[in-house]
Amino acid sequence: MLALQALHRLLMAAVTLFGVAVVVFVLLRVVPGDPVAMMIAPGASPEDVAALRARYGLDLSIPEQFLVWLGGVVTGDFGTSISLRRDVLELLSERLPATLELAVAALLVAMLVGGAVAVAGTLARRSVLGSAIDGFNGVMLAIPDFVWALALVLGLGVMVPLFPLTGRIDPTAADGFSSRFYLVESLLTLRFEVFADVASHMVMPTLALALPLAAIIARVLKASLVEAMGEDYILLARLKGMSETRLVLQEALRNAVGPTLALTGVQFTFLIGGTVIVERIFAYPGIGNMAIDAVINRDLPLIQGLVLMFGLLFILVNVAVDAAVAALNPRLRHG
Amino acid sequence: MLTLTRRQTLALGAGGLLTGILAGHGIARAAVGDTLTIAYNVNLPSFDPTVGPSAVNPTIQAIYRSVFDQFIGQAPDLSFQPGLLTDWGWNEDRTKVWMDVREGVTWHDGSPFTPEDVVWSLERAADETTGNPIQFIWSTAGNYTIEGNRITGDVLRFEPTFFKWMAFLTGYVLPKAYYEKVGPEGFEKAPIGTGPYMVDAYEGNAFLRLKANPNYFGGKPAFETVVFKFVPDATSRVAEIESGSSDITLEVPYEEYDRLREASGLAGVATPISDIGMIFLNDIDVMEDRNVRLAAHHAIDKKAIVDRLLRGYGVPIDTLEAPEYEAFDPSITVPYDPDKAAELLAASGYSPDNPVKFTIQTTRGFKPKDYEMIQAIVGMWRKVGIEAEIEVYEIAKHYELRAADQLAPAAFYNWGNAIGDPTTSTGFAMFGPSPHSVWDTDDLDGMIGPLWGEPDEEKRISGWKAVSKYIAENGYVIPLLQYVQPVVYKADLAVTPNVSGALEPTLVSRS
Repeated sequence: MLALQALHRLLMAAVTLFGVAVVVFVLLRVVPGDPVAMMIAPGASPEDVAALRARYGLDLSIPEQFLVWLGGVVTGDFGTSISLRRDVLELLSERLPATLELAVAALLVAMLVGGAVAVAGTLARRSVLGSAIDGFNGVMLAIPDFVWALALVLGLGVMVPLFPLTGRIDPTAADGFSSRFYLVESLLTLRFEVFADVASHMVMPTLALALPLAAIIARVLKASLVEAMGEDYILLARLKGMSETRLVLQEALRNAVGPTLALTGVQFTFLIGGTVIVERIFAYPGIGNMAIDAVINRDLPLIQGLVLMFGLLFILVNVAVDAAVAALNPRLRHG
Repeated sequence: MLTLTRRQTLALGAGGLLTGILAGHGIARAAVGDTLTIAYNVNLPSFDPTVGPSAVNPTIQAIYRSVFDQFIGQAPDLSFQPGLLTDWGWNEDRTKVWMDVREGVTWHDGSPFTPEDVVWSLERAADETTGNPIQFIWSTAGNYTIEGNRITGDVLRFEPTFFKWMAFLTGYVLPKAYYEKVGPEGFEKAPIGTGPYMVDAYEGNAFLRLKANPNYFGGKPAFETVVFKFVPDATSRVAEIESGSSDITLEVPYEEYDRLREASGLAGVATPISDIGMIFLNDIDVMEDRNVRLAAHHAIDKKAIVDRLLRGYGVPIDTLEAPEYEAFDPSITVPYDPDKAAELLAASGYSPDNPVKFTIQTTRGFKPKDYEMIQAIVGMWRKVGIEAEIEVYEIAKHYELRAADQLAPAAFYNWGNAIGDPTTSTGFAMFGPSPHSVWDTDDLDGMIGPLWGEPDEEKRISGWKAVSKYIAENGYVIPLLQYVQPVVYKADLAVTPNVSGALEPTLVSRS
């Protein structure tokens, strides 16, 4: 049964990825912006232009181009980036760790902040403070990540320069890594000074990504908590003399967290999408920043690889969230 | 014995982490001293300066020039100077080229630089299979022979700008033996040159760290370490310099430039560079009418645009030749004259009540105030009887349309020409067969055609001036302005502005 479910999941993932591949491939060839037109030398003849087109395989029909590309992808060859002149898969594997570390850090911060705001809002739900928390959360919800990014640049980067503004690590200290997971590796190898440097570079982009998500989590979790607080088992616990804080944290939270977790999973995929603009503002070298350059340069192989990578991430996150929700909910776990 | 509760332990841990993170920022600050940190406006996509799209990106040349040397050097005022070649020229009848190669130069790996490196670099650049975008220039000479430190070659097709290109895009000397040993991919991972700085560390979209080349033939550079931080967002670059995280930056909004250069501890320099803004006219529809073209030009108050939109940072121009270019002729002018514009339009039956209509395309945010400039121009046009509809497009779309000769009747664009030769400005922009031109008329092509291979330099330059005059008289293009590049830096630095726009670390020193 479990094997069948896994097979079904795998099949659906493959179909989804294929659909993503078809859509992105066709779209890129339909939207304006010919990559060859951006590379034509001043004195190029029509023959030179044709040769350039053939060099990148753009002289073939769209179905032929797709089949060539798909054949490569299936065998692990995502092609060569036009602008960076390097293997696309190699580039993705170099940049993905930076984005993953950032996205996971943002998710953790969002869960902590969102959870704390939700609990505080639930505890103060019938007071002025509760209304104030709701109002504050509403404002947080309305501010998008790139506005947070610019506000943080101004606040924590210029006015009170506590954290580095750009990059992932101090360029003068960026040596001695065996992987691209700088934060994790520096921690595991006990290089605390380097860890602190990497972490300090992550503070502002992490907050920019985390704060809007935290507001969403806070709103959904608080609604679930308030609903749970009206349940009979909470009333029973209250009659037994349990404090309000314990009621929320020990009783209501366990039941309220399910829907929030499912939503957080969906929002996490949006958060990964949000890295594109936030990484650009903070010059953070992840796949989001690379994606903007790829689009500007009409680097078709790289854009295709990036979109597939984003698609794969979305699928994996959704699978992980489904598994987590099932693990937390016995009714789902046992069908 | 001290005992900690779980809550105290967590608080201590969080406090320690926060202290560490804040202290971590201290590392970045402590490195400033022998290190010059540049908040740079573009990413470095590839190290090979001779192939691929990045090889023809003028903005990246400052980085390439830090690591590699060009065949021929170029001073900040665009004049040519000895580089890896100390002398060069043609023979009397222009059938041979000769070059004297600098002696005593070493590559970053310590191996000697030789004339073989120069010949190999030239032949590789001329080989169409290697993908050099300027191959059409490099292939005009060949059959090189070496005698001592002198290289001689045959002129296969006389190209007057052959040596000028040696100081321009893709005109770099690469190490023959090293490149053949490590291959293109190995070279990308560990590039070496003869330049003032050596590649120390690189992370795409993040930074490039260079260290001084102690054996540089031009003397040891001023800074032990140079860091190019790739910060494409202008707001972030402003923040970088304002917070002290970077020592120097460029291409910030003019409003910010004016504010920052007045700030304590900062200074600024704004210099006209070899980059111009222009409106391409396509020889279609109403643009076939000379009166309409000239009226469109006369109706634009370029000075007002520079003063009001660009805060004075720009130089109005009337031809595609900026004042620093070789074929610049100050006598060619197309003055702002709205009355004349109205008269010209009236002669063709147009007026504010019966305006001539066409589309003008522009980018938005690609160059400073590009969209706003076109908005202002459309407003000026409206007063004399031109109703232009603005169509915003991405720069990639512009390239596609231009290559297919499908631009709208009018299209805003910018054009760089760091060697200041008329072929690389007026020539490629206006010669019909060029893939970068959308004006295709026999009269102009007939004037330009013979100039491509003109061996008499004086005659060639005067020929191009005549072309500029003819273009102005017929309104085949609307040159707008020469851009000014703002550079902001810490006040204890001295910066020599570069007309080419390349912010080279060798032009920065401690004051």
